[in-house]
Amino acid sequence: MSEATAGRLEPPRGLVGPTAWLRANLFNSWLSTAVTLALGYLILRAGIGLVEWAFVNAIWQVPYGPTGIADTAVCQHAKGTGACWAIIADKYRLILFGRFPYDAQWRPALVIVLFVALFVCSTIRAVWRRGLTSTAVQYVAAAGAALIVLDNLADLLATVAAVGFDLHLSAALAPLPAVLMTLNTIGKCALVAALLLLWPAIGVWIGTLAVIGMLMFGGVLGLSPVPVDYWGGLPITLILATFGLAFAFPLAILVALGRRSTQMPAVKTLCVVYVELIRGVPLISVLFMASVMFPLFMPPGINVDKLLRAQIAVILFAAAYLAEVVRGGLQALPAGQSEAADAMGLTYWQKTAFIILPQALRLVIPPLVNTFIGFFKDTSLVLIIGLFDLLTMGKVALSDPPWQSFSTEVYIALALVYIMFCYGMSRYSRGLERELNNARGR
Amino acid sequence: MSDITADPRLVGARAAPRKRIRLSWSDPRFRAIVWQVAIIGIVVLIARYLIVNTNQNLSTRRIATGFGFLERVAGIPIGESLISYNPAEDTYGRALWIGVLNTLKVAGIGVVLATILGTLVGIGRLSSNWLLARLTAFYVEVIRDIPLLLQLLFWYTVLQGLPAPRQSWRIGDMAFLSNRGIKVPLMVWEPAHTWSLLAFLVGCVGTFLWNRHARSRQDATGVRPPVWPVALGLLLALPAVVWALFGAPHEVEMPVLRGFNFQGGGTVSPEYFALLLGLVLYTAGYIAEIVRSGIQAIAIGQWEAAGALGLRRGAILRHVVLPQALRVIIPPMTSQYLNLTKNSSLAVAIGYQDIVSIANTTLNQTGQAVEGIAVIMAVYLTISLSISLFMNWYNARIALVGR
Repeated sequence: MSEATAGRLEPPRGLVGPTAWLRANLFNSWLSTAVTLALGYLILRAGIGLVEWAFVNAIWQVPYGPTGIADTAVCQHAKGTGACWAIIADKYRLILFGRFPYDAQWRPALVIVLFVALFVCSTIRAVWRRGLTSTAVQYVAAAGAALIVLDNLADLLATVAAVGFDLHLSAALAPLPAVLMTLNTIGKCALVAALLLLWPAIGVWIGTLAVIGMLMFGGVLGLSPVPVDYWGGLPITLILATFGLAFAFPLAILVALGRRSTQMPAVKTLCVVYVELIRGVPLISVLFMASVMFPLFMPPGINVDKLLRAQIAVILFAAAYLAEVVRGGLQALPAGQSEAADAMGLTYWQKTAFIILPQALRLVIPPLVNTFIGFFKDTSLVLIIGLFDLLTMGKVALSDPPWQSFSTEVYIALALVYIMFCYGMSRYSRGLERELNNARGR
Repeated sequence: MSDITADPRLVGARAAPRKRIRLSWSDPRFRAIVWQVAIIGIVVLIARYLIVNTNQNLSTRRIATGFGFLERVAGIPIGESLISYNPAEDTYGRALWIGVLNTLKVAGIGVVLATILGTLVGIGRLSSNWLLARLTAFYVEVIRDIPLLLQLLFWYTVLQGLPAPRQSWRIGDMAFLSNRGIKVPLMVWEPAHTWSLLAFLVGCVGTFLWNRHARSRQDATGVRPPVWPVALGLLLALPAVVWALFGAPHEVEMPVLRGFNFQGGGTVSPEYFALLLGLVLYTAGYIAEIVRSGIQAIAIGQWEAAGALGLRRGAILRHVVLPQALRVIIPPMTSQYLNLTKNSSLAVAIGYQDIVSIANTTLNQTGQAVEGIAVIMAVYLTISLSISLFMNWYNARIALVGR
């Protein structure tokens, strides 16, 4: 028989094709067959029930009474057989944007879009490359930073003068704050522009977060100012998670380096105590501490708002967990890298910034993303200290008397929002992991 | 003679000559000391600043510091407790202790159930049955993407939406499921049961000893004496015989519907049940992944080689695969147990009175914020460290012993 005829032979029947696949994967033994039949029956029944409840018998809209109060009699009647999605149609703006002024709710909506764009942008590899290495641009960045510091310093001095020495300089120096404010704005723009050129990723992050802050606070460019008490919904969740991780990450790197330090036993002990203490207690206790004990820590007369307190708690908590992940990366790096850098005569910070961290952080990207997912979910705990995040707004929506008994619908909708973000992150992490494994396998 | 002393290996390692620390920035040791003094100094300054502020604030609010409040009468109504409690007489200390016991109750049972469910799901993900593998993968993916707090609130409202006691779902006339929780028959406890429990403990020790003996016999002679008949006798027959000797009491207290609620029988409160359900389902998603990766970490060649030696499937699993897989599984499993314990603090959101909930009520009533939070942290640190120590000991026991 020649090779040509052999190549044309059909594969044996029963080894390929849908029937064979079914036999191999669903009915390959009596046990497997039983499991398939039982599960198939259950899935069919549950699936049909779910479709009937969520779509066929669902109520999508309810009539409104003359006073604007929803008449939920239809929903009450359908309860148990059909979902009442009318509550989502009625309350989605409250749940997503909280008590933000109704007319200005395009701002939190835009903030959500910006956050998503920021996350998507961060997954693009090209953004993380180093940009220009021009000295002139570096000077522009430094000058911008100096202008910002100047304004803040002036603010601080004025506050100290007013509180500490009872000097009210505002009357005498009235034009100065306006000038400083302008300089501050110019400085911010210059800094972001320069950073965009030098390190595109960091520039994009700082720029986007600044725009987000502007949109939420308002008070500039003709946007009406909105106090923090009126913020709520998804932006709060995204702010707590994103700012929390953005600030926790540098702190985590410092703590991880401190914990690995061999020359500074005191610093090492401090880092170990911090990490183990935080990791040993639940997030709630840290949040309670922020909401109950933090006001005791501050000198009388200074009030830090609740969101900032919770934000600080999230940062301190996340930093301890991230520090352990980063430490894992530092430990996985062969000692030769560090020794070689020492032999080259690099200083500690040069060695850390250019040799150790780029390799160590790359190793731990997948666990880092998993930690991020965990903290995104954990921001929902601020419900317990009474902050209006996405989950709390869901509960607030449910406290409206006509809608009180439709919690399942709201919880499912909230779960879908969380799943969307978390699933996106975990897909990204898995893709990275595969890529890294491929690269290592070469 | 001279060649012996010339061999550098025979000369004891000599420490590098100690140099005196120079007071110069180019001496790394000097730099390290300066940095450490600076950092510790800043930390101490911040701590001092916070403490001074706190003392000042406490004195303006007229709150006395210290743990004296633990001796005062609490007056907190507590729905479920493992020890007797009377809000009109008992102290904050006892109330907090009940909180600790409630936390341990949910965490202990939660850990066991989550391990069982997680292991089943993890094995299910590796099943050759496509449907089962897909379904368990879907479960793991979805359950891990929803915040635990949301799940707890969901389960709690589901349990509250159950019918009232009069229309409760029932199994015969024994167990009832209603919006007041689960009611089950409870055995009336007699001395016979205590003795029978003691006999069971004796049986456990006996089985352990017999197992050790069997192993040493096997090591010495190659023949393993039968273990399971002895274990069966010691663990089941012995307690049963003791129970029968004491007259085999079997009075059972049934829950009975009276008015709007049940009387008698044992209760699982909706709060406890919702918390346990949420914690177990959530943590099982993580444990499933750990178990799956642990089993996948064992090369298929291990199964084949053990099979070639003539071991049966169960023996392969027990003596070859599991001991290796456990090494991969135990460290991440430990952190999941710790997570479950810490997550049980979310009980406060659904009204189960664990330590966080009771400490929170206490600090609201007494204003002792610092002490209240110190109690919460101390309790969790103690639990966390105990679990860590136990799991580290177990991990060290099963670790690969090098040459």
